[in-house]
Amino acid sequence: MSTEPALLTDAAVPAPRPTNLFAGLARDWAVLFGAAVILVMVVLGVGAPFLGTVDPTEINPTFRNRVPGTEQTIRRADGSTATYRHWMGTDSLGRDVYSRVLYGARISLVVGTAAAAISIAIGLVIGLVAGYVRWLDGIVMRFMDGLMAIPAILLALGVVSLFRAGIVSVIIAIVVPEIPRVVRLVRSIVLSVREEPYVEAAIMTGTPTPLLLIRHVLPNTVAPLIVHGTFVCASAILLEAILSFLGVGIPPDTPTWGNIMAEGRGLFRVSPHNIFFPGLCLAFTVLAVNMLGDGLRDRLDPKLAKRM
Amino acid sequence: MAGYILRRIVATIPVMLVVAVLVFLMLRLTPGDPAAVIAGDNANAEQIAAIRTRLGLDQPIVVQFFIWFGQILRGDFGESFFFKKTVAELIASRLEPTLALSLSTILIAVAVAVPLGVLAAYKQGTLIDRIVMGFSVLGFSVPVFVIGYSLIYLFAIQLNWFPVQGYQRLADGLGGFLARLVLPSLTLSVIYIALIARMTRTSVLDVMGEDYIRTARAKGQVERKVLFNHALRNAAVPIVTVIGFGVALLIGGVVVTESVFTIPGIGRLTVDAVLARDYPTIQAVILLFSFVYVLINLVVDLAYRVFDPRIRY
Repeated sequence: MSTEPALLTDAAVPAPRPTNLFAGLARDWAVLFGAAVILVMVVLGVGAPFLGTVDPTEINPTFRNRVPGTEQTIRRADGSTATYRHWMGTDSLGRDVYSRVLYGARISLVVGTAAAAISIAIGLVIGLVAGYVRWLDGIVMRFMDGLMAIPAILLALGVVSLFRAGIVSVIIAIVVPEIPRVVRLVRSIVLSVREEPYVEAAIMTGTPTPLLLIRHVLPNTVAPLIVHGTFVCASAILLEAILSFLGVGIPPDTPTWGNIMAEGRGLFRVSPHNIFFPGLCLAFTVLAVNMLGDGLRDRLDPKLAKRM
Repeated sequence: MAGYILRRIVATIPVMLVVAVLVFLMLRLTPGDPAAVIAGDNANAEQIAAIRTRLGLDQPIVVQFFIWFGQILRGDFGESFFFKKTVAELIASRLEPTLALSLSTILIAVAVAVPLGVLAAYKQGTLIDRIVMGFSVLGFSVPVFVIGYSLIYLFAIQLNWFPVQGYQRLADGLGGFLARLVLPSLTLSVIYIALIARMTRTSVLDVMGEDYIRTARAKGQVERKVLFNHALRNAAVPIVTVIGFGVALLIGGVVVTESVFTIPGIGRLTVDAVLARDYPTIQAVILLFSFVYVLINLVVDLAYRVFDPRIRY
């Protein structure tokens, strides 16, 4: 569309790089790898019932601690028999590790996404208010400094100690330490944006503050928050596994990667597979989310990318 | 300078105060009588009454806070009814393993990460750089317990080089002490190495374009000295800062590592306290670790302002 006056177009300015975000991302092998691994995990988690699994909570005292690949003959109700192969062996209660790992993917993905979404949402609101309402800023930020002074895992341990064990308390425990970091990020964006001429112009023309925040400030936070949210997701998946592994997270009968590993601790010498299979899945997932985050950061937030 | 140091020290007081208020409120947020919660399930009515008087629960909540805070300042963290000891004694008895583990981890991490980061910066864009950076992303992603169990599997079970788990006090012999410290420290240092190596690389890359680097090269200085004497020294501030910030990661890692290697330190104590809902201990540990974290960052901040002649206030 060359309807602009000739004065505004400058031949020396190079053509803008393709603005299609996805085209750019798809050329980055690290992003492709990350997205592919996440996709596989989502398929495994969602499709768990259809991928040759058995009930992940079913206990079988006669078939405990079997090595990966062991076959078991199952007698059905009508008298016919079938063989079932335990690809990843069984745990010390005779539960099928393969089924538990697949169902465990669900918990990790749900906790990761939920924790990222909730901490971003809460942090965004607090950050916008702190950045814009001058008298609140000092109080809110001192409070956030205090929260940040408590190492994340300890704060999470403190929070879970207050509630009954469960997925909701684990998500709360993960979200609380993440909020101050989001608040800081949003506040710093607000503080720099409010000096921009278009914001000053909006103030001059009498735009009410809530509208100003939504129309002019909020769009500036989207890209950095998507990037930050990805990293929150990765650390949330890790922290959930850590809490469950330590025995203070999601109740032990629920199959989560952390719980499978916690269960495998006692018999690690004889059956290390109970720790290695879920551990591998966990490491791959977190690595994938982190790589996706790195790729998004390079694309969406070049300023931050340069600093790292 | 003295004014700056004083101001910086004073600035940490509100932070610690907020931490104290949060830790204090933690117990008031739990449903039920705080005295009964602190006493735990096995306490009798007399013990609960004694705690009630101690906490001043008939007073307004602000007064309660100052009663509690005054006791903390005197080093009185109350009594753990679960472990049947005062919390101060309990923590003191668990201090040595945690200190040993943390210090050896920092030592390993700095010794490995700084040269790695410098190397990656020097060989920027080459395969070596990619490997170091790849390791760094990996270090952030692989959970501490997966690293820990892999090392145990490889070096303790398969190769039989080190004891599988456990801890031996320094007083009971240096050999056993060190042998049991190697695997946990290596485990814990991975994430720290990843963090420091990445920051070292960025920081060294930033100064490599400076005039004094060109001058050093022009006068014929050997490349190793250019890197370590000229570049690294000027790149030191962000590296030292990230070592300070990394202490939060280290503390989190200590909790997990001590559980993996069954080391009876403060990290294991924290998990046991949470499992037992032993609130006086949980409160004390959170306060202690946060205090150490804030203090280390204060020292780091002051140190480079004192030693770096370019930074003056």
